[in-house]
Amino acid sequence: MSDVPKPEWTVEGPVAQRHLLVVLPHPDDESFSSGGTIAMHHDAGVPVTYLCGTYGDMGRNMGKPFFANRESLRDVRERELRAACEILGCDVQFLGLRDKTIEFEDPDVIAQQIRGVIEALAADLVIGFYPGHGVHPDHDALGEALRRAVQGMDEGARPRHWAVAVGNRDEVEADLGVADVRVDIRAFGDRKRAALEAHATQTKAMFERMAQQAPGDEAMRLRMEESRRTERFYTL
Amino acid sequence: MKETRLAGEVLVEALNVNLVQRELDRHAGQDVYLHLETTTGTYTALGPEKMPPCIAFIRNVEVQYARGVVRGGGPYRVGLKMDHGWVYGDGLTHAEVDDEGRLLMAGYDDQGRLRIAMQLGVVPFREGA
Repeated sequence: MSDVPKPEWTVEGPVAQRHLLVVLPHPDDESFSSGGTIAMHHDAGVPVTYLCGTYGDMGRNMGKPFFANRESLRDVRERELRAACEILGCDVQFLGLRDKTIEFEDPDVIAQQIRGVIEALAADLVIGFYPGHGVHPDHDALGEALRRAVQGMDEGARPRHWAVAVGNRDEVEADLGVADVRVDIRAFGDRKRAALEAHATQTKAMFERMAQQAPGDEAMRLRMEESRRTERFYTL
Repeated sequence: MKETRLAGEVLVEALNVNLVQRELDRHAGQDVYLHLETTTGTYTALGPEKMPPCIAFIRNVEVQYARGVVRGGGPYRVGLKMDHGWVYGDGLTHAEVDDEGRLLMAGYDDQGRLRIAMQLGVVPFREGA
């Protein structure tokens, strides 16, 4: 997080060589933020693991018609995540935290858990949310824990760390500048879409609404289209 | 109005007052675990009205009530009168007794999004892995 702007980098092939580790709090965060980047690495023979912080068990969308209630949502979302990761080509591990509560945990304890996974997998690229630019408190908290995990390692052993900033891009860029890493995922856009659709509790209503082409949704539709072509990251 | 929707393995039933009252009576005077929650969703500030979120939940808090009553014509209200206070919920539209004998009550909006949950069980609700 230095003040010196980093050179812009358009990525067209895998960057990790040993293992790509994605560390985000909820089932679906991986597909929204990094689905194309995950598929790109998997298809190039680089193993990918999604370390998912929670089971998304405090989500509120139970579907119409219903596909879950408060107690069954956890298992429904775990199944959705496993299906999405099958499509993208990555393994799944869980930290086992409760949705919405990560910011109240001790960040150094979570950082230690994450560091253990980084070292066990010999990950040379990690992806998380940009601390302070995650919008959702879980995003910020797990992004910070990942940052501490990486920074706690010896400099020579640290993986490359890419961070995802959420929210209105103009506002994000006013704070952080332009994302230095742009991954060209056009070849993986359909897989990303299929993985997002596998998270039906989170995306079915959104895709149905977008398909109706309501005039007010134009900006969201453009963002979704753009997200099938490019994934943007900030190198920390 | 009895409405039953089956989707996947999930049965979500419109709140049946008789069933709920029977279950509230059954748990009266014993220690029960409570899950009580209201939520707007976390991302309300990104919506057109830019409203801040309003969310609260308590999970697996042990309570004991002497009297529990369901009221209203739908959506429904439930009040649990305890020795030193109350548990209250309004906006409940659905209720079921799950396989483990827990009373799961909830209120949803017309998109199937949960607005309130009020649940009672004699063993703690699942937590963690």
